[in-house]
Amino acid sequence: MLPGKTGEGEVIFAKLDELLNWSKRSSLWPMTFGLACCAIEMMGTYAADYDLDRLGVIPRASPRQADVMIVSGTVTYKMADRIKRLYDQMATPRYVISMGSCANCGGPYWQHGYHVVKGVDRIIPVDVYVPGCPPRPEALIGGFLKLQEKIRNEKGTPPSASVEPTDTAKKVQKTTSCA
Amino acid sequence: MTFQEISTLLTQTLGPEAISGEDNNATPPALLIPASRIVAVCQLLHTHEKTYFDYLACITALDNGPEAGTLEVIYNLCSIPYNLQLMLKVIVARNKPGEPLPEVPSVSHIWQGANWHEREGYDLVGITFTNHPDLRRILLPADWEGHPLRKDYEIQPQYHGIETT
Repeated sequence: MLPGKTGEGEVIFAKLDELLNWSKRSSLWPMTFGLACCAIEMMGTYAADYDLDRLGVIPRASPRQADVMIVSGTVTYKMADRIKRLYDQMATPRYVISMGSCANCGGPYWQHGYHVVKGVDRIIPVDVYVPGCPPRPEALIGGFLKLQEKIRNEKGTPPSASVEPTDTAKKVQKTTSCA
Repeated sequence: MTFQEISTLLTQTLGPEAISGEDNNATPPALLIPASRIVAVCQLLHTHEKTYFDYLACITALDNGPEAGTLEVIYNLCSIPYNLQLMLKVIVARNKPGEPLPEVPSVSHIWQGANWHEREGYDLVGITFTNHPDLRRILLPADWEGHPLRKDYEIQPQYHGIETT
């Protein structure tokens, strides 16, 4: 507790938007799942050495409790339907971090990978792209800091009651080139 | 047993038509087997007391391309008690677009491990293994179109509404 801030009946004034943004960005809870070798780096980032818990980032076991989806790895067409369903199950406000080259644009599977979605942003809207193959834990932490920065500048958005599964696809911007 | 002794054993027991040729460039040297005789050959190699190929290390399916017009199925056999290695090759004609897939009899009742290898060959190269207990795609989604490791494979433009190129 802050000294001088308790027991005196003092009041802290804040704008509601800023208060909400502060609370949103201070407890970004990602959904627990990983797709490929990027997930190993993600686990390393959660673990003791890098300790994402410092930033209020605690993995949750259910999409219902999660605020962030870290797409850590190669998204295959077979997995695409599942990713989209999990995203649709998350409550708003929700954010997506695309981790690594595969999730960003298909990575090494860009040209000849018949089985890989050429960027997870073809399925769900992405807030932050983390480059690397795989990105180091510092890069993923950097991605979270970027996301926090993005949330800090958010204006209050009215909650949407439900999102049709097709709406997410409409929001998706088409990537046309990997380079 | 040497490669030649195995070859002789097969022709003497199953008749000369059991082997259609040899490929000495392969490592280990390969026997070319007609698709219709592959089960009999495998059964013999598996059970014969002089060979006892108890381990099927791998099944590879291969596309030689539209010009050659053939597909291959390659069996790598291992005999653990005799420390023998043998390769079998089955060459079948490539189907043209619209024709049914070429057929090779399954050996999964001889080696259980063949089950998933044959499903992979079916999934990626497009070979129907007859008498297989559960021949469906193993890696790609069930509603995928085509067999991606064919030389003339072209990916479908969309999968479940996702652009593929």
